[in-house]
Amino acid sequence: MALRFWQRKKKTQPDSASPPVADTRTPAPITKDARWRRGLTRLRDLLRRPFDASSEQSRQSREAFFSDLEEVLIQADVGVETSLQVIDRLRAGMSGKSSQDEAEALRSDLKRELRSLLERGEQPVEGSDDACPRVILVVGVNGAGKTTSIAKLAARLKKEGKTVLLVAGDTFRAAAIEQLSIWAERLGLEIIKHRAGAPPSAVVFDGVRAAVARGVDVVLIDTAGRLHTKTSLMEELKKIHRVIGREVAGAPHEVLLVLDAGTGQNALSQARTFQAAFPLTGVILSKMDGSAKGGVALAVGSQLGVPIQYIGLGEQLEDFEVFSPDDFITALFDQPTE
Amino acid sequence: MFEALGEKLDGVLRRVRGHTRLTEKNIDEALREVRLALLEADVNFRVVKDFIERIRTHALGQDVLASLSPGQQLIKIVNAELVALLGGEQTELNLSARPPVVILLVGLNGSGKTTTAGKLARYLTRERKRTPYLIPADTFRPAAIDQLTILAQELGVPVYPTPNDGSAPDPIVVAQAGIAEAQKRGCDVAVVDTAGRLQVDDELMADLERMKTALQPHQTLLVADAMTGQEAVNVAQGFHQRLSIDGIILTKIEGDARGGAALSLRSVTGAPILFAGIGEKLDALEPFHPDRIASRILGMGDVLSLVEKAEKVYDQQQAEVLEKKLRKNQFTLEDFQEQMRMVRQMGSITDLVGLLPGAKKMLKGADMEGAEKEFKHIEAIISSMTKEERRKPELLNGSRRKRIAKGSGTSVVAVNRFLKQYLEAKKMMRRLSGAGGGKKMKKRLSLPAWGH
Repeated sequence: MALRFWQRKKKTQPDSASPPVADTRTPAPITKDARWRRGLTRLRDLLRRPFDASSEQSRQSREAFFSDLEEVLIQADVGVETSLQVIDRLRAGMSGKSSQDEAEALRSDLKRELRSLLERGEQPVEGSDDACPRVILVVGVNGAGKTTSIAKLAARLKKEGKTVLLVAGDTFRAAAIEQLSIWAERLGLEIIKHRAGAPPSAVVFDGVRAAVARGVDVVLIDTAGRLHTKTSLMEELKKIHRVIGREVAGAPHEVLLVLDAGTGQNALSQARTFQAAFPLTGVILSKMDGSAKGGVALAVGSQLGVPIQYIGLGEQLEDFEVFSPDDFITALFDQPTE
Repeated sequence: MFEALGEKLDGVLRRVRGHTRLTEKNIDEALREVRLALLEADVNFRVVKDFIERIRTHALGQDVLASLSPGQQLIKIVNAELVALLGGEQTELNLSARPPVVILLVGLNGSGKTTTAGKLARYLTRERKRTPYLIPADTFRPAAIDQLTILAQELGVPVYPTPNDGSAPDPIVVAQAGIAEAQKRGCDVAVVDTAGRLQVDDELMADLERMKTALQPHQTLLVADAMTGQEAVNVAQGFHQRLSIDGIILTKIEGDARGGAALSLRSVTGAPILFAGIGEKLDALEPFHPDRIASRILGMGDVLSLVEKAEKVYDQQQAEVLEKKLRKNQFTLEDFQEQMRMVRQMGSITDLVGLLPGAKKMLKGADMEGAEKEFKHIEAIISSMTKEERRKPELLNGSRRKRIAKGSGTSVVAVNRFLKQYLEAKKMMRRLSGAGGGKKMKKRLSLPAWGH
């Protein structure tokens, strides 16, 4: 019966004005590639626009293309500054080149530029993988999708054969503890929780202790959503971070910031402020499916050097992937192999 | 939230201010900057284009008023256009329909629908003297029903007991039963919370359409996150096309997002932005004032909001008593304590300062939470005094001060500093009451009179 919860309904594909893409109609179970492509459908369609337009107009000028591209990048939330940088580099790269196969050259240049933005954020995750328990602290603003992301991540880890303990560190929002408890039940995972309103550092303390005692592989700690501008709440988070570090040396091994892909340029400010409180090891980009957005992830990667580690590509539990620039770029630019 | 955009436009227009005439060239330069600022503020590309065009037309077509500098003139035009774009006058939530008036809340996942449902119930009770009934019809997200039920209990508002045993009932059936129950109980407004969904999810949007047809809500309100990026336009369009939105509630406005989404949402749907969510607590919902927000964008502060806020908690009679005391120079520490308590009711210092024109810029980076702490120390100091001491501060000798410092957990230095501030405030107030008096005085008194 539990399965029913995870599957809201069999989904039909969003219809858009753009030409349909073959793989989006692939029935379940779908492959990883297809999940990526489905999640990025709209962003892909958006990015294709300047190329389509230019081929139709038989390319009046490169500048018209760049201006279209600027518009498209900004619409994808890449941000003015980053967009202009990308275009400047493309322009520099094209200068002096003949106009033969121009579209193809621009396409591959753009691909390379976007990949390099993503890779600027890439860095090896510090701390060894064999830390036991591996403590992962999940933070973010209200409504970013922390609890759901934790459930998806937990399901993934469990599938890999790891033992996972959940810690209900959001004692503030009404029914947040219940929400995580329901996930724990559905996933068959243990959870450490206190009553609503309890100090979050206390439940985190208990959770980490329990994880050590029980010898679990991974501890996933949920926290209350907080706007990064609330200094007192950020202090509370620092305290939680300290408590974890006291109990397990070197922990938390990962601090993941959950960013809603629909967020605009404020995502940068969020990432910066959380980063100032303690080092972030990565970003979970949530709610990436369905629409042409998430460009801000490029900006976060390139400007802050925080890598995107996971990406939420849909509402189902399995719509959650380890982020890889390759998969991302491939899903955006390349035709499916069939 | 609009702070950063305000600063940007300020910077740009200051340059224009130096010119003597508004020429096509310097307007172009300013407008280019305005365009970038708006884009960085997440206003949608298309909305920005239209906006800039409108400004250009108005700025060039208009005579520069004699009383204004070209810069002021441009600010005036930008301001007027912003106000227009944000919807002109403030719009009140329309409740005139046969009860129970059904309000349907819709939006993306995580935009804040459930919290807003709670806040709305509180607003309906307190500000509109209605008896709301909450209906949790988000049967998809785990614990969403619990969440709204807990909020309802906190508010003492009745809530429909949506089956919560994992049976995932049909939201339409739930909502219909809930509305029938509201009617039976004589509740005059029914607020229906729904599951979050993407505007491009055809099937889930069709579900909402069916729900709307079945419930015939009087108001369908879109709940949207102020931090939303360029996508805001598509979200608004998606929901509006299928559900014809009657109004918008903008949430999480207290962060530092520049909030361009507000402009986009409004211009795409034409629906008014009714409320702004300004915090996590249930009382953190305010009517949205387009005119005030626009002037905040331009860094002109939000004096009106502050005055209104002050008037709400400030008792007129108390003000008169206080004024008399001031005239006779009898402003004691007890009065000081009382006045402080009332100001505290208006909100945090950060909130209040944000409403003062120019203050944000002046105090950018200032330690607001530190000031908040200072406030608490002063409260502790006054509370540690005896009644006698509060009435006659001149009694406070060295040993009394030591005792107070101990009692309040501060230091003698802090006590001394505070007493000095108090005496200065008293002196200043006396001067004010001598010069002003009457109505003007009351207004002044309702603002914090003791800076630090």
